[in-house]
Amino acid sequence: MTDAVQVQEYDWSGYRGVLIYVEQREGRAKPVSWQLLGQGRRLADKLHTHLMAVVIGGQIEHLAKDAVAYGADRVYICEAPELRDYRTRPYSRLMMQLIEEVKPEIVLFGATATGRDLAGAIATHLPTGLTADTTELDVEPDPSRLLLASRPAFSEKMMATILCKQYRPQMATARAGVFEALPRDNQRSGEVLRLESRMGEDDIAAKVLDFVRDQTSVNLEEAEVIVAGGRGLGGPDAFRLLEELAEAMGGVVGASRAAVDAGWIGHEHQVGQTGYTVRPKLYFAIGISGAVQHTVGMSNAELIIAINKDKEAPIFQFAHYGIVGDLFQIVPALTEEVKRRKLAGEPLASEEGEVGA
Amino acid sequence: MPDSREIRIDPATNTLIRQGVPSIVNFYDLHGLEEALRIKEETGARVTVVTMGPPPAEKSLKTCIALGADEAVLVTDRGFAGADTLATSYVLAKTIQKVEQEWGKVDMVFCGKQTLDGDTGQVGPGIACRLDLEQLTYVSEVKQVDPIRRTVRVGRKLEDGAETVETRMPVLLTALKELNRVRRASLPGVIRGHRYKPIVWTTADFPDLDRSQIGLKGSPTIVAKTWVPEAKKVTCQWLSGENAQAAAAGACDALWDNNLPARLGWIRGGAVHD
Ligand SMILES: Cc1cc2nc3c(=O)[nH]c(=O)nc-3n(C[C@H](O)[C@H](O)[C@H](O)COP(=O)(O)OP(=O)(O)OC[C@H]3O[C@@H](n4cnc5c(N)ncnc54)[C@H](O)[C@@H]3O)c2cc1C
Ligand SMILES: Cc1cc2nc3c(=O)[nH]c(=O)nc-3n(C[C@H](O)[C@H](O)[C@H](O)COP(=O)(O)OP(=O)(O)OC[C@H]3O[C@@H](n4cnc5c(N)ncnc54)[C@H](O)[C@@H]3O)c2cc1C
Repeated sequence: MTDAVQVQEYDWSGYRGVLIYVEQREGRAKPVSWQLLGQGRRLADKLHTHLMAVVIGGQIEHLAKDAVAYGADRVYICEAPELRDYRTRPYSRLMMQLIEEVKPEIVLFGATATGRDLAGAIATHLPTGLTADTTELDVEPDPSRLLLASRPAFSEKMMATILCKQYRPQMATARAGVFEALPRDNQRSGEVLRLESRMGEDDIAAKVLDFVRDQTSVNLEEAEVIVAGGRGLGGPDAFRLLEELAEAMGGVVGASRAAVDAGWIGHEHQVGQTGYTVRPKLYFAIGISGAVQHTVGMSNAELIIAINKDKEAPIFQFAHYGIVGDLFQIVPALTEEVKRRKLAGEPLASEEGEVGA
Repeated sequence: MPDSREIRIDPATNTLIRQGVPSIVNFYDLHGLEEALRIKEETGARVTVVTMGPPPAEKSLKTCIALGADEAVLVTDRGFAGADTLATSYVLAKTIQKVEQEWGKVDMVFCGKQTLDGDTGQVGPGIACRLDLEQLTYVSEVKQVDPIRRTVRVGRKLEDGAETVETRMPVLLTALKELNRVRRASLPGVIRGHRYKPIVWTTADFPDLDRSQIGLKGSPTIVAKTWVPEAKKVTCQWLSGENAQAAAAGACDALWDNNLPARLGWIRGGAVHD
């Protein structure tokens, strides 16, 4: 026999189910948590297994119900005063305890600062493989039940699919804004189980002395409408025009890195590889050429409208609707038109025919 | 770390080819080094720089010496090649233990927030976990280092705000670029760096190294496939742009056709959801 490939079979039948870490602060879940539950549901269904969620924190009782409404079959909840603020040690201990007890085959975290901090510690402790910052997640059905975790590499120029064959659970962090949450269903039922925190405040060296919420931060990740501008705006003043349009539509202002680097608008508005990944219902790309580092952050928007004076701009390959023209003329006209129609409350297409598309 | 603009992947194993790629110091690591040097100036601490990589990484270590580090160690061996973050953190943790044996107790370990190539941010937490160090990631400010009480107080920058945390030493911190401004090497520093020969450790220098935990073999994650993503193309419907009013009307028709005003709750029927 030549080049015999050594195939080792592992028995992972003791590991079943998909577990999602629900990240929260002050009782508010991060949207990525519900997006991961949505994706987790799809993976669990494909594997014919159950979907679990875990919530750790101070006053978080209500989040168990939310997790069920967003797709979990079973929620583990651990509530204690010393768990109010995220700290690596108590949170990772609890997660370890839970993972050892329930033996999930897949565990997913948001690729946030906290998610990465926590997942990195747990994966080393277990130990197991951890795929970072994934943007695509799929599973192979029986018998392998492998998690196909794909992530961008080398400044988004490439994608890589990463497997963890010889260890369980298979773990990954996933980018916010990439996956879609399921519509909230308050009728869903699920089991809620309690976890005991075994560490008291005295056992925890790290003390969170204060937390200052960033009030100026626009919440791009949760926005349903984003009006984004780029270098084509020519300066900070034109962002006023975008703000007016955003206001008329109940949206927020986004920007390309060129506009941010020029100092026309703050970094917290930046969409793209080094900014936020967004998935609004509606995205306006105004005076933005459509570089790949920008489009990776916005191409998941449900509806994209681009305004650019250059018909050849790559952004039009991503846009559902394109307007070739001068933004200084078109944006104000659009703002007026939106306001006018909103006031008129024009009948919806759906009111004449069936409801919904 | 290798300069990620020139990175290549070994088509057989799908791991990074670090050989022959110009080495640069990971930019976040320079901020970690800068902070360590500031603490050295304040407290008289000793600063040791370590890296795991192929021999050309020596050049990056010389840069760190030029900036003011006391000594630098290159951990290199074919056996380490192909390591993922689990295997990397194992070797780096072993290295830090050996640094302690050579030069005395390590109180603080600085890492970058992430590297520019792998970009996982997992190596720092991995090392902290293996050495049972307190872990402070995403540090934007070191507010206080108290060698007597053996505590460290830092500012951390997170997506939704900023946090102040205090913990005890020994501690591992991962640096954001906001942490400080990196100094330039002085002329004597440059000369010192130029003349400096980094200390080299190979597997032979770690008598209790578990060979099943290093390199490709010790890495649970396997890059199974790489591909260039196809741009997600959609067919663009052109809206008349010759006149701003016509374009605006066209865009609004598109919104109304897609039922967005109701789904966004602008107008009647706002309760309709998806
Ligand atoms: C490592 C790395 C990370 C990056 N991360 C990001 C990121 O996160 N986000 C990001 O956006 N970029 C990022 N970039 C930068 C990216 O490569 C592009 O440089 C940037 O997106 C270009 O911005 P822009 O489209 O606004 O500017 P330009 O490419 O200059 O485009 C301006 C557009 O405006 C149009 N225009 C000009 N005047 C008018 C007018 N009056 N009316 C209508 N249209 C007009 C022009 O036709 C042109 O298409 C990154 C780059 C690197 C190397
Ligand atoms: C396409 C591709 C995708 C990959 N994805 C994953 C993945 O998802 N999960 C995974 O486990 N591995 C992955 N790897 C392997 C990973 O790139 C390597 O393990 C890499 O050496 C670790 O670097 P990092 O960027 O992950 O480190 P990070 O955790 O991002 O680095 C943070 C800090 O750790 C320190 N550090 C990291 N490496 C070293 C070193 N060798 N010497 C000294 N200090 C160091 C530095 O201070 C650095 O700033 C991938 C490799 C490829 C080719």
